[in-house]
Amino acid sequence: MSTFQIDFGQQQSPIVGIDLGTTNSLVAVMGPSGQPEIVTGPDGSKIVPSVVSVNPSGEILVGASANEALLKHPERTVYSAKRLMGRGIEDVRQELALLPFQIAGGSESVIRFQLGDRVFTPPQIGAEILRHLKQNAETYLGQEVTQAVITVPAYFNDAQRQATKDAGRIAGLDVLRLVNEPTAASLAYGLDKRKEGIVAVYDFGGGTFDISILKIHDGIFEVLATRGDTHLGGDDIDNLLIRIALEDISTEWGEDVSTNHEAVQLLRRAVIRAKEELSFVPTALIDLQYRGKHYQREMPRDVFDRLITPVVDRTLAPCRECLRDAGVPVEDIAEVVLVGGSTRIPLVRKAVETLFRARPHTELNPDEVVALGAAVQAGILSGHVEDTLLLDVTPLSLGIETMGGVVSKLIHRNSTIPASATEQFTTAVDGQRNVLIHVVQGERELVKDCRSLARFDLKGIDPVPAGMARVEVRFLIDANGILNVTAKDVRTGNEHSVDVKPSYGLSDEQVEAMIRESYEKAEEDLRERQVREARVEADAILVATDKAKANDAWLRLTEAERNSIDRYTNELLVVYNSDDHTLIRDHIEKLNHATMKLAENMMNTAVRGALKGTKIDELG
Amino acid sequence: MPAKSLTQDYYEFFGIPRRLSVDMDDLQKRFYALSRDFHPDRYARKSVAEQQYALDATSILNDGYRVLRDPIKRAEYLLAQEGFDIGEQRSNNVPPELLEEVFELNMLLEEAPDRSELEQARGKFQEMQRNSDAELEDLFRKYDSSGDRGILQAVRGLLNRRRYIQNLLRDVDKALA
Repeated sequence: MSTFQIDFGQQQSPIVGIDLGTTNSLVAVMGPSGQPEIVTGPDGSKIVPSVVSVNPSGEILVGASANEALLKHPERTVYSAKRLMGRGIEDVRQELALLPFQIAGGSESVIRFQLGDRVFTPPQIGAEILRHLKQNAETYLGQEVTQAVITVPAYFNDAQRQATKDAGRIAGLDVLRLVNEPTAASLAYGLDKRKEGIVAVYDFGGGTFDISILKIHDGIFEVLATRGDTHLGGDDIDNLLIRIALEDISTEWGEDVSTNHEAVQLLRRAVIRAKEELSFVPTALIDLQYRGKHYQREMPRDVFDRLITPVVDRTLAPCRECLRDAGVPVEDIAEVVLVGGSTRIPLVRKAVETLFRARPHTELNPDEVVALGAAVQAGILSGHVEDTLLLDVTPLSLGIETMGGVVSKLIHRNSTIPASATEQFTTAVDGQRNVLIHVVQGERELVKDCRSLARFDLKGIDPVPAGMARVEVRFLIDANGILNVTAKDVRTGNEHSVDVKPSYGLSDEQVEAMIRESYEKAEEDLRERQVREARVEADAILVATDKAKANDAWLRLTEAERNSIDRYTNELLVVYNSDDHTLIRDHIEKLNHATMKLAENMMNTAVRGALKGTKIDELG
Repeated sequence: MPAKSLTQDYYEFFGIPRRLSVDMDDLQKRFYALSRDFHPDRYARKSVAEQQYALDATSILNDGYRVLRDPIKRAEYLLAQEGFDIGEQRSNNVPPELLEEVFELNMLLEEAPDRSELEQARGKFQEMQRNSDAELEDLFRKYDSSGDRGILQAVRGLLNRRRYIQNLLRDVDKALA
């Protein structure tokens, strides 16, 4: 019996680990040796840029090809969409000023990008990237992939987590777990070396910053506290440099190019190149050539350091607060792990080293460590990684609105998840049939200073005098950090229906519609591709037949054979423009069959011809 | 699935005696062991019913660990279980022995105090908090060995007092910030 179960277990489809990043995304799997490995794509690259573009013919490009399209069609291309996940237009006004995206109407609770004639929400952009990673993993593994672990910034709120899960669903992935990025990184580090003690994970990526403090003991990774900023990352450093360069350019060229998308994209690449070089050399050049004009600026590291100090400093306050929340004195931090591309910057490393008084770990590639950790978590879920268990926390307190717009906190931040709280509600008016509960996330006292999460409508309450009804509501934050609400009538014990209106993000129906749409699109795309491929084949045989008619072999055919070839050629030409690829293929097959003799004759002629031109002694 | 049925009682869930003092090392060991048994990660590929069970069990486990490892929350929990009303008194009734302190602090805060005065007040409140913690620990031991409900009454009074001291500390910290 147990043997059977083990065998069965091994045959189960794999669970992949995905780092869906602001700038780059990666997918990893547990290798046969029990170590996680990053999937290499068909283009030989492990990193898929988190960029999606729709080209003028309506084709969707993802990754490197979309990155190329960014220069040609910036208005049809989206990058850094993760920064807009689970947000409404009012949240990101400032941000959008720097991004060249066209926003469609109806973006109050979900951003909608206009790409050509199509509209995408951030979860749909995420889904395109996930689908691409899924395909890469399927090619790499040689089997279908339907289940995944996806990482999110630790400081992501409920709406941002839900949006990420929606992206997975739209991409056809069953998201078994959302894991916090710094925690995933600690798994990747801790697995091989059976570490013990308190570890700090400093995760400074393209668009988000997280700090987490964990206690590792006997294979249990217990998060003590986490802090972060979902609006702080390498992008902010790029934007600083771009702003300076734009000022220079407007003086030097007497021209403001800040509204020229192509110029700004080229400049973005130029400053990123300089930024990355500065991690290894003492000075770098910001170098932009645009329409015959040339801009250059020397950027020595000390100037760069001075420029970015305010950005780096913004990461330090959350680190101190996190230590305090964890109740851990800084001397107790045994190790510091660095995650995210921005931790390659020497100034960042120095700041971390000074604050934590420990030399940070850099053995693993900071771009890959989160995906590797996600694969480890996938291994835990599939049962292939035993003894290791992750106990994570919720980053934000959960509360409900009470009288006067004051928040009553139910679950405090840094509570280990799953976590729950139960609260009783009653009615204020005789015969009242429903109660509206407004749930918020955040640390402030007033509702207006917290993030509205959702409104829950408890329906079908028995019409009784005011204050007599007793509805018990259970708020449960699951292991993904996502809120579930259930309600029951205390007197009858009956479950109550709860109608959820999320304040930000997509409703269940909207997600379903997007899944259907993506299926339909996929079918449509597949049909189109098959027709296109059939026509290419038809072209090939038509051209070959035409050529053959000029050959001696054509004349050696009987008249019936020649007529048959002409007939099938004409028939193929008739169906050529049909959009039924099987019909085209049928006729290719018929023509193929009819030309068999002709091809044979030609082969023989060719061999004879070859022999004719060959001298006897060469044959021997 | 583990045979253990889902109890909502934290002491029972952890399998420890219903006492006011708890051995922290033992509690943590039990927390880790129970996490290994129940965590949803262990049931990712099991039936929906088993996943729901794991979720419910782990949320009780985590909620319980939060309460039991914190002496104040633990005492409040046990008091509530023993039928003491602990919710209502939270913000009313200033303990009489603290009236003077509350009065003095309010005076101080009103007359734009300098930092040293505030630091001094903070030191005093911290001292008071340490004293009440020691006193609380002493009461915990007495209750655990005797099971005398009268001691629980004293614990309740002390918790109320401690909450007040905490409020005073918070006010000072606010003024210092």
